[in-house]
Amino acid sequence: MAYSEDDLRKELKNQEYKYGFTTNIESEVIPKGLNKDVIRLISAKKEEPEWLLEFRLKAFENWNKMIEQKWAHVNYPEIDFQDISYYSAPKGKKDKKWEDVDPEMKATMEKLGISVDEQKALSGVAVDFVFDSVSVKTSFQDKLKELGIIFCSFSNAVKEYPELVKKHLGTVVPPTDNFYAALNSAVFSDGSFCYIPKGIRCPMELSTYFRINEANTGQFERTLLIADEESYVSYLEGCTAPVRDENQLHAAVVELIALDRAEIKYSTVQNWYPGDKDGKGGIYNFVTKRGICHESSKISWTQVETGSAVTWKYPSCILKGDNSVGEFYSVAVTNNYQQADTGTKMIHLGRNTTSTIISKGISAGFSNNSYRGLVQINRNATNARNFTQCDSLLMGNKCGAHTFPYIETKNSTAKIEHEATTSKIGEDQIFYCNQRGISTEKAINLIVNGYCKDVLNKLPMEFAVEAQKLLEISLEGSVG
Amino acid sequence: MTTTELSKKDKFLSVFSSQDYSDEENYYISLRTQAKEELKNLDFPTSKNEYWKYTRLGKISNSDFCLGKQESIDINSFLIPDLDATVLVVVNGYLDESLSSKIQQNGVTVCSLSHAKKTNQDSFSKRFNKNTASKNELFLTINNAFHSDGIFIEIDRNHIAEKPFHILNITTSNQSATISRNVFISQPNSKLKIVESFVNLNGEANFQNHVSEIFVEENAHLEYNKIQEKSNNNFSVTTEQVQQKANSNFTINTATFSGALVRNNLNVEIEAENCETHLYGLYLAKNKDHIDNHTVIDHKEPHCNSFEVYKGVLEDESTGVFNGKVFVRPNAQKTNAFQQNNNILLNDTATIYSKPELEIYADDVKCSHGSTTGQIDDVAIFYLQSRGIGKQSALKLMISAFAKDALDKISIEPLHDFINLKIEQRFE
Repeated sequence: MAYSEDDLRKELKNQEYKYGFTTNIESEVIPKGLNKDVIRLISAKKEEPEWLLEFRLKAFENWNKMIEQKWAHVNYPEIDFQDISYYSAPKGKKDKKWEDVDPEMKATMEKLGISVDEQKALSGVAVDFVFDSVSVKTSFQDKLKELGIIFCSFSNAVKEYPELVKKHLGTVVPPTDNFYAALNSAVFSDGSFCYIPKGIRCPMELSTYFRINEANTGQFERTLLIADEESYVSYLEGCTAPVRDENQLHAAVVELIALDRAEIKYSTVQNWYPGDKDGKGGIYNFVTKRGICHESSKISWTQVETGSAVTWKYPSCILKGDNSVGEFYSVAVTNNYQQADTGTKMIHLGRNTTSTIISKGISAGFSNNSYRGLVQINRNATNARNFTQCDSLLMGNKCGAHTFPYIETKNSTAKIEHEATTSKIGEDQIFYCNQRGISTEKAINLIVNGYCKDVLNKLPMEFAVEAQKLLEISLEGSVG
Repeated sequence: MTTTELSKKDKFLSVFSSQDYSDEENYYISLRTQAKEELKNLDFPTSKNEYWKYTRLGKISNSDFCLGKQESIDINSFLIPDLDATVLVVVNGYLDESLSSKIQQNGVTVCSLSHAKKTNQDSFSKRFNKNTASKNELFLTINNAFHSDGIFIEIDRNHIAEKPFHILNITTSNQSATISRNVFISQPNSKLKIVESFVNLNGEANFQNHVSEIFVEENAHLEYNKIQEKSNNNFSVTTEQVQQKANSNFTINTATFSGALVRNNLNVEIEAENCETHLYGLYLAKNKDHIDNHTVIDHKEPHCNSFEVYKGVLEDESTGVFNGKVFVRPNAQKTNAFQQNNNILLNDTATIYSKPELEIYADDVKCSHGSTTGQIDDVAIFYLQSRGIGKQSALKLMISAFAKDALDKISIEPLHDFINLKIEQRFE
């Protein structure tokens, strides 16, 4: 994917949200509202077994008793949960062959630059495409099957591997975890399921692409990823949505399970529609992501967050096994009226556990960008180690950057370091670039990219290029 | 649930309701009445309350307290050696003039809070309760409603206090509850140093709720040193409400050596340009001590600097809490704010909760914070050992050095020595 300066220039000219188109495809949308019947309807549509329906209903009962959490540093109008449609699926029978996929859908995928078709097979990424609520197409299934890797839509997994799903579903993020996790557990539509067998190193990057298309719907997907002993997987996740004036809700749950000596690398490029210049529209992104690390295993979260009107997201690691490692690398960019409250939780339970947190926040326009993180060293977590660095960059004096770290230590052998800085791009830095013939706009891109380098370097190559472009576009026009 | 909780609060408040304020002027009584009204809607905060997340108040809400009385005591053991200061003694919340120094300092008004209310000078009445009213905080509101007495110090314009003031804030007798309050005013171009020791005599399970209202006017310098050394299962909740005007300089050193439950709320509002603010703190906790420091620095105007360093050493089953918040308002460009919190846990049963926060709304600022929890450097210990110092002594030496560092900025020499000695004794 060669990307030249001309491309950049073209792209910068087109400041608008690039993925804002709508696909004209007939969809089956169930009526708005949420009650037990709706949940039964969703479950029936997906031909789910009894135990899953019960799981949903139980979650719904819990959700009814819960109140929405308000502690995050974000403001948004009260959400009317009865005014959302909880299921939307492209019409037509579920496709098994690529040839059968609706051409509109194919065009959409192409526009989004997704390598589902064979021609792009060389890029070596297996993709699961989730359109509104339903997984549309998963590529490379056969190749993966040879190695015993299961990578399919969640609903397929429920049908084909019920014992695996039943065993692990809700073990990392229980349905009672929080308001939005409970809501998701009740109404989740589809998502991805992935299982890497013992000792297998997944030869290609696995990727899920999430797309909201239909208006007035919410997207509630669920990802469950299990890496069995001594396995390795790198997983990518991308998200976009059309431009719409009203706010749409996205409440996902991601559960990662890294068994002994396994490694999971989970990367996200989140580019939901952020709303327009005046803060109208955009996605509410309320996501619960959590992984559990067994002995000597490793979970690494990397995220580039540029989209969404409101983001509320804390990818976490429970370091349960001895010698396990948790990592969190994040770049969060907010512009115009976007609000982000994001960070991580590192819960050290086992001995010799290590965690690293690198968080880079950039706020511009009228936006607010908060880092909120928890590092918890429990009594028995001997020799735990944490390093946290969270930097914030402010562009303009109408935005805000905030840091709320919680550091809880109950073991005397723990070594914890936390540092945070907040500053703006120095005038001297810009001047230095100008002096060497680099325009101010370019100079800012250069400096921002340098500032985010630590995180971008952790992304798989292709994603890194994408992320860099995104950064540039997100900050376009933010410095005058 | 609510009914039992309510009754706990009401029971707690009933201890103070017998106090008689009828000799106060109507204005001050109306302030109390307003606070009492507000108390109806407040209750003991639970762990669900972010501001009290790490501090359980059961020890206070479940106890039976009685009012502390005025009594005569021997203060010699509480004096700081070689400290040449005007000593003011407050026993159970009332100024004891017979024990206090009689000598007046030029340009400084010193009297009890109740006396200040009676004379009702303009400078006092327009500031009193101004920054503490309607804050929706239980203990502060209780203090607004039921404070007994305390110290009023005002230094006049263009004066430098000859000597520091040393306030001995003493509580006595078992399960006594004291609600005391100070007001300090530094008029423009003045310089003043205050030391306040919070100690107790014999009393077990005392409760003290103390508020200091501090006003630092233009170009004034104020240094406030606070030593908390209550033994025997004592509880205290203290609040410093500080307001700084242009070009002023405010320093607070907080040394907490013990306390079954100590909660310090330190709020600094920087209301004008070119201010400098220094907050230093040290907390040494052992046994089942619980020491909680909450600080808020609110930068409202440009060109101000603030520095904050808090250090803690926690032993046994003790708990330490540090929550530092730095606000930089949109208008406060060119702010330079620094915040640091370092902790050492000496046992696996000790706990530290550290929460350094930044909330920044201005772009041309330099704000940073750091927090560490760790151990004494093995290499440093080895170095000392290789020079013939035993491992235990080396450890003690290093921990003392760590602790001393936090309060190194105390400018009153005898006090500085006194605190260092205390630290050394602690780790002997």
